[in-house]
Amino acid sequence: MTLVGAMQLAVVLPAAASLPIAVTGRSPNLREAVTLSTAVVVLLLVASAVPGVLAGERPEITLMEFVPGLSLMFRLEPLGMIFALVASFLWLVTSIYSIGYMRGHHEENQTRFYACFAVAIASALGVAFAGNMLTLFVAYEVLSISTYPLVTHSGTEEAKRAGRVYLGILLGTSIGFQLLAILWTWNLTGTLDFEAGGILAGHADGPAAALLLALYVFGIGKAAVMPFHRWLPAAMVAPTPVSALLHAVAVVKSGVFAILKVCVYLFGLDFLTSTGASDWLLYFAGATILLGSLVAMRKDNLKARLAYSTISQLSYIVAGALLASSLAATGAAMHIAMHAFGKITLFFCAGAIMVAAHKTEISEMDGLGRAMPFTFVAFFIGSLSIIGLPPTGGTWSKFYLALGSLESGQIWMLVVLMVSSMLNIAYLLPLPVRAFMAKPSTDLPDKITEAPLPCLIAIGVTSLGCLALFFYPDLLYQLASLVGAGAG
Amino acid sequence: MAHAFLDNLPALQVVIPLLSAPLCLVLARWPRLVWTMCTLVTWTAFGIALALLQTVLAEGPVSYAMGGWAAPWGIEYRIDAVNAYVALIVTGIAAVVLPYAYRSVPLYIHGERVPLFYALLMLCFTGLLGMTVTGDAFNVFVFLEISSLSMYGLISQGRDRRSLTASFQYLVMGTIGGTFVLIGIGFLYVLTGTLNMADLAARLPDVTQVRTLHTAFAFIVVGIGLKLAMFPLHLWLPNAYAYAPSTATVFIASTATKVAVYILLRFVYTIMGPALFSEGIPYGQIAIVLAVMGLLTGSFVAIFQQNIKRMLAYSSIAQIGYILLGIGFASVLGLQAALLHLFNHALMKGALFMAVGCFVYRLGSMSIEDMAGVGRRMPWTFAAFVMGGLSLIGVPLTVGFVSKWYLVLAALQKGYWPLAVLILIGSLLAVVYIWRVVETAWFAKPSLRAAEVREAPLAMLIPTWILVLANIYFGVNTTMTVGVADLAARTLMESMR
Repeated sequence: MTLVGAMQLAVVLPAAASLPIAVTGRSPNLREAVTLSTAVVVLLLVASAVPGVLAGERPEITLMEFVPGLSLMFRLEPLGMIFALVASFLWLVTSIYSIGYMRGHHEENQTRFYACFAVAIASALGVAFAGNMLTLFVAYEVLSISTYPLVTHSGTEEAKRAGRVYLGILLGTSIGFQLLAILWTWNLTGTLDFEAGGILAGHADGPAAALLLALYVFGIGKAAVMPFHRWLPAAMVAPTPVSALLHAVAVVKSGVFAILKVCVYLFGLDFLTSTGASDWLLYFAGATILLGSLVAMRKDNLKARLAYSTISQLSYIVAGALLASSLAATGAAMHIAMHAFGKITLFFCAGAIMVAAHKTEISEMDGLGRAMPFTFVAFFIGSLSIIGLPPTGGTWSKFYLALGSLESGQIWMLVVLMVSSMLNIAYLLPLPVRAFMAKPSTDLPDKITEAPLPCLIAIGVTSLGCLALFFYPDLLYQLASLVGAGAG
Repeated sequence: MAHAFLDNLPALQVVIPLLSAPLCLVLARWPRLVWTMCTLVTWTAFGIALALLQTVLAEGPVSYAMGGWAAPWGIEYRIDAVNAYVALIVTGIAAVVLPYAYRSVPLYIHGERVPLFYALLMLCFTGLLGMTVTGDAFNVFVFLEISSLSMYGLISQGRDRRSLTASFQYLVMGTIGGTFVLIGIGFLYVLTGTLNMADLAARLPDVTQVRTLHTAFAFIVVGIGLKLAMFPLHLWLPNAYAYAPSTATVFIASTATKVAVYILLRFVYTIMGPALFSEGIPYGQIAIVLAVMGLLTGSFVAIFQQNIKRMLAYSSIAQIGYILLGIGFASVLGLQAALLHLFNHALMKGALFMAVGCFVYRLGSMSIEDMAGVGRRMPWTFAAFVMGGLSLIGVPLTVGFVSKWYLVLAALQKGYWPLAVLILIGSLLAVVYIWRVVETAWFAKPSLRAAEVREAPLAMLIPTWILVLANIYFGVNTTMTVGVADLAARTLMESMR
C-alpha cells in the first residue's frame, strides 16, 4: 500500500470503527475484538510508513478545499511520524488495559466509552498527519469535543463540573487565541502550510511575532502552559484508561506537538532566534515546569499528582520548542515519546491499584508493594523515566533538552531542568519506596492481589518500553534529529 | 411546453406558492391533501430556485418582464447571484419545514384550522420569495406586507395566549416598519420618477436634492431594520419566536430576517449606494457599532433565559449582529462573510429550532428547567441539538466555522483588531448558553415531565437531521456556498463603483 493510502486509512479506520463498536455493544467480547483488531491494523499502517519517512519521503494528500488556496490536507513528516507511532502503539496497549480495568471496575456505558475513544484516537492521528495549521486546528477541536463524553463519563455532579472546566478552557483558548492566531497568520502570509524553515520570516517584525507566538502558545490550551492548565487536573475524574492514554498521551501531546509544529514549521527556528520572539514565553514554560512539580508534591491523590507532573513535563517540550535550537527541538521531539511511555505506565499502575486495592490516596498505599509487587516495580521504572535516570528512555530526551539550553545560551533553563528532576524524585520515588518498605496500614484488606491480567500485560509492555527506549533510541533519535534540523 | 415553463421560471417562483394559498382553503376538507400539496409546492419552488441559480451562474442575471410589460413601465423580476442565492435559502428551508410540519402543526392547531395555517404559511412563503426576486421597489413593499400580515397570523397560533400579545407587538412594530419603507420608497419615487431598481440606481447619482435622498435612506433603513431585528429595533423578536408554533418559528427564524437583510443590501448597495457613499458619512461605522451592540447584548441576554426558544431568539439577534458586521465592513470579503452567514445561520438556527420543537412536542414545555435529563430519553433529538449548537459556536467541520473564518478575516483585512476579538468572544458566549442547555438535558436528574417522554416522531426527526447534516456538509464542502457568496458580494460591490 502507498504511504498516502496508509496515512488516510489510519485516520479513517478508528473513526469508522466507532460504528461497529456501537452496534456490537450488546456483546462485549465482540466489541473489544473490534477495538483490538482496529488498533492492530492502525499500528501496522502507521509503522509501515516509517522506512519511507526515514528515507526522505513526505507523502501528502489534499482532502478537501476549504477556501480557495487553503485545503484540508495531510502531510507526513518526521515529527508527525513520532507522534503517530506513539499514539497508535499506546492505543493498542491501552485497549488491552481497558478491558481489564473497565470490567474489573464495573464501569457503566462501556460502549460509549470505546466508541468515543476510537474517535479521539482518529482525531489525534489527524493532528499528527496535519499538513497545515488549518487541518491541525480542525483535528484539535474534534479531539476536544470527542473527549468531553469521556471526561464526563460517570455523569456525576463532579464530572459535570470537570467537563465544564475542560471544555471551557480548551474551547475558550482555541477559539479565543489559536483561531485568531491562525487567521492572523493567514492574513499575513497567505498560506498555512508547514514548511521547512517556516513561513512567517519576513512577514512579521519582532513585537508582532512575539504576540503571535503567545497567541499560539496559550491558544494551544492542550499543552497546559500555566495559567491555562486547570483543565488537566479536572479531567482526572475520567476513568483511568482515559487519563492514561488521552491525558498523558494523545490529548496533551497533541498540544505540545502543535506548539512544536508552530515553532519549527510556521515560525522557523532561525526566525525565532533572530527576533527573540520566544524568549519571554520561555519564562512561562520554566515557571510551569517548577510550579507543576511543586504542586504535584502537595497532592495526596495519586492521579492528581500525576496530572500536575504531566503539566510540568509538558512544559519541557514547550520549552524545547521555544529554546529555538536544533538540539532542543530534537530533545523536545524525543520527549514526546519518552514522557508518553513513562507517564502511561504510571497511570496504568494508578488504575491497577484502584481496581485491585480500591486506593486512590498515596498515604493509604503504604506496604501495598508486597501484595502488588509487579505493579510497584513497574511504577518505579516509570518514575525513573520521568525523572530522567538511566536505564530508562527519559534520560536521552532530558540530555538533549539540557544540551539545547546550553546551545541557545539559556543557562537558567538548564538549572530549571535539573531542579525539576530533583522535585520529580521527591514526589515520585517515595511512593514505590513506601509501598515496599513501610509497614502496611492496619485497615488494609488482607486479600489484595494484582490487578486483572489484561492490566498487567499492558503495564508490562509500557514499562519494558521505557527500558527499551534507553537501549535502542536510534529510530526515535533519527526521526527527532530530522525535526531538529528543520527538515519539513 | 417545457420551454414555456423554463422561460417563466422567475414568475413561477412566486406564482405557484401564491396560487397554493387559496387552494389550501378550497381543499380544506382534506387536511392531508393540503399538506401534500404544500409540500410539493415547496419542493417545486426549491427546484425552480436551483434552476434559476444555475442559469444565473452560467449566463448572468435574468430579467423577466411581468405580463410582458417591459421595465420601467411594467414590473421587472430581476435575478442575479445575490437574490438567486437568497431564494435558494428560503425555498430550501421551506422544503424541509413542510415535512416537519406534518406532525408538529397538530400540536398547536386542531381540526379545521389546520388548512388555514398552511394557507398563511404559503402566503408568507410567497411574500418572502416575492421580495427576493422582484426588481421593483414598490413591489418589494407589496410583498413585504403580504409576508408580514401572514406572519402576524402565524405567530398568533401558538398554544399559549402570550402568542397573541407577541403577535400584536410584532404587528405594531412591523406596521411601523412597513410604513417607513413605503415612505422611503415614496421619496425615491418623488426624486426620480421611477420605481424600477435598476432605473433608480442609474438616476439617483444625478439627484441634487440630497436632503430628500438622506431622508429616504433613513426611513428605509429604519423600516427594514425593524423587520430584520437590527439592534435596538429587535424588541418584537424574542416573544414572536418564543410563542409561535414550532413550525412557524423554524420557518420565520430561518428565512424572514434573511430576506430582510437581503432587501437592506439591495437598497443600500445596489440602489442608493453610489449616490450616498461618495459623501463620507460613516454609514459603515454606524452599522458596525449597532452590530457589535447587538451581538454582545443578544449573546449576554441569551445566557440568562429560562425559556429555550427565547434563548435561541436572543441568539438570533446576536447572529444578525454578525451579518450586519460583515455588511458594515463594506468590503468584498465582509459582504461575502455576511452572505455566507445568511445561509449558514439559516441552517444552524433551523436545525436548533427544529430540535427544540421536537423537545417541546414531547415535553409540552419550553422551560430549560423542564428539560432536565431529557437528553437521555431523546438521544437523537439531543444529538441534533448538540450538533446545531456546535455549529452556532463555530466549531470546525460545521458551517458556523466557515462564517466565523470569513468574518474574522474580513475584520483583520480592514485592520479592525478589536472587532476580530469581539467576534470570537461572541462565539465563546455561545458556548456558555448552549452548554447550559446541554448540561441540564444530559446530566441533571430527569424532571417529572422528562421521565415519561420518548424519542420524537420520525417525521420530525428526519427533517431535523437533514438540516443537521447540511450543517456538516456545507461546513466541509464549502465550494458552492463560498463560490456563490463571493460572486454575489462582487455583484453588490460592483454597483458601488
